[in-house]
Amino acid sequence: MINNDDQCVISVQHVNKEYGNKQVLHDISLNVFKAEIFGILGPSGSGKTTLVKILIGMEQRSSGDVYILGTLMPKLNMLQQIGYMAQSDALYTELTALENLEFFASLYGVRGQHRSQRIQEVMELVNLKEHLYKQVGQYSGGMKRRLSLAISLLHEPALLILDEPTVGIDPILRQSIWRELRSLTAKGTTIVLTTHVMDEAEKCDRLGMIRDGELLAVDSPQALIDATQSSTLEEAFIHYGGIRS
Amino acid sequence: MRIGAMILRILRQFIHDKRTMALMFIAPLIVLSLMSLVFSGKEYHPNIGVVSQASSLSTAMEKLGAKVLIYNTEPLATQALDNRDIDALITLKETIPQVLIEGSDPSINKSVQLLLEKSMNQVSTTQVQFKPEISFLHGSLDMAVIDRFGPIMIGVFIFFFVFLIAGISFLRERTTGTLERLLSTPIKRWEIVIGYVGGFGIFTLIQALLISFFSIKVLGIMMVGNFGYVLLITILLSMTALTLGMLLSAFASNELQMMQFIPLIIVPQIFLSGLLPLNTLPLWLQKIGYVMPIYYGADAMIDVMIRGKGWSHISTDLYILLLFSLIFSTLNILALRKHRTM
Repeated sequence: MINNDDQCVISVQHVNKEYGNKQVLHDISLNVFKAEIFGILGPSGSGKTTLVKILIGMEQRSSGDVYILGTLMPKLNMLQQIGYMAQSDALYTELTALENLEFFASLYGVRGQHRSQRIQEVMELVNLKEHLYKQVGQYSGGMKRRLSLAISLLHEPALLILDEPTVGIDPILRQSIWRELRSLTAKGTTIVLTTHVMDEAEKCDRLGMIRDGELLAVDSPQALIDATQSSTLEEAFIHYGGIRS
Repeated sequence: MRIGAMILRILRQFIHDKRTMALMFIAPLIVLSLMSLVFSGKEYHPNIGVVSQASSLSTAMEKLGAKVLIYNTEPLATQALDNRDIDALITLKETIPQVLIEGSDPSINKSVQLLLEKSMNQVSTTQVQFKPEISFLHGSLDMAVIDRFGPIMIGVFIFFFVFLIAGISFLRERTTGTLERLLSTPIKRWEIVIGYVGGFGIFTLIQALLISFFSIKVLGIMMVGNFGYVLLITILLSMTALTLGMLLSAFASNELQMMQFIPLIIVPQIFLSGLLPLNTLPLWLQKIGYVMPIYYGADAMIDVMIRGKGWSHISTDLYILLLFSLIFSTLNILALRKHRTM
């Protein structure tokens, strides 16, 4: 498998993960290419979060290799090029949005004039500009999610990893976030996101279907539907899942 | 019916949380047995020093259970008194006994005085009545119990609050996911630990200033030493509390479980800190005190505040506190490996 190809942003090779006796990921191999939105689709408990955490090195793999931009992970300075948004909002609720943004920007080495500029840009992007000085504890669930996304964009990462990014966000805003993700890919950013929602999965360029820690299929949503002669992605998922069991 | 359901649910929650259950049942037993050991400690028998030879007074004291140590010269004896090898030194000036009491612990002062009174009664039946002259190396007769407890409690309070607050805030980093987010940035693990030490260090400095100032100036607790040393001791003590709190927060899954460390970590330290005379405790219990940070903090605080000692007397205590902080910090950095190996 190629991992020095600069078009290949993530290369996962035969990754297994065990917790004690329980195998949560079985021999996962996949490639994610530059400037695409790669969706990991699967029900909760299927191993999506474990997989993305292994990608950035927050979770140790039991065997197999992960390369990001040609570098074998985990590697600390690669985190500078990755934006990560976890399932939990992970915000300091006693601080204001601005204080949260300033803190995380500093961790990524974004400072001074550039920092204030980036904070304005990302807050505009997630439509929270007028709430910049508000304490995060007063934010609604959707607002927290958007702020969390804004933080992961601060340092203009080449790779964005989003764990269930649009949970609890209203449909109109979800649409605008997707528009934004598209414009990021247009600038060359690669995005990996996890989802359990079929209609969201359909918007991805390519999809990896995962169930019980096994990668069922990887292709574009349309190709997956066509290959299984299904009419919807859900049917395709059932088809792939069904063959196995 | 609904109440029944409520009761059942609460019981079930307890059964699921075995730790809380164990704490409710077992921790009080531990604390109570410690208290019984400390408070029903044997009668304290002071160590008495005499120069060159025993007097009739010291012989009478020995009969009453005191340990009498004989020193060749007076400077040697005074040195022993300052090192607290002996609690009082008896010399004879003409025929009048001069009693010099070490004086930093009111409860020991009292037992020395009691011993003196009893032995005087025995001696005076055989000889003419004479009145000993009592003086103090440190402190004085009117030194109150709070003067002794004060320096220790300053240390205890600082340790307690820093331990709890630092522990809970680090715990919250873990439970709210901000720790995970921190670790997804290029920050190094040691930078997180040092960041905590720095951030809390500033607050601790203010806290130490406030508590020490209040105790000394407002409460009027005896203070004969250098205020700078008091600050230095309290800061080192709180560094230890901070790093220990962070470390133990890894073993708690919520704030309640963090609170459960109070009877396990804080209370025993208070009892063995020197608040009550340790010499009457069983040896194994005294030894436990040697692994407790507050013991060293309290020892140094008493040295500075009551005995007016300087760097040479407190340096060992301070180095040990520093060592505690370094060990706990290192363990913290290692513990973060659980979340991110690099």
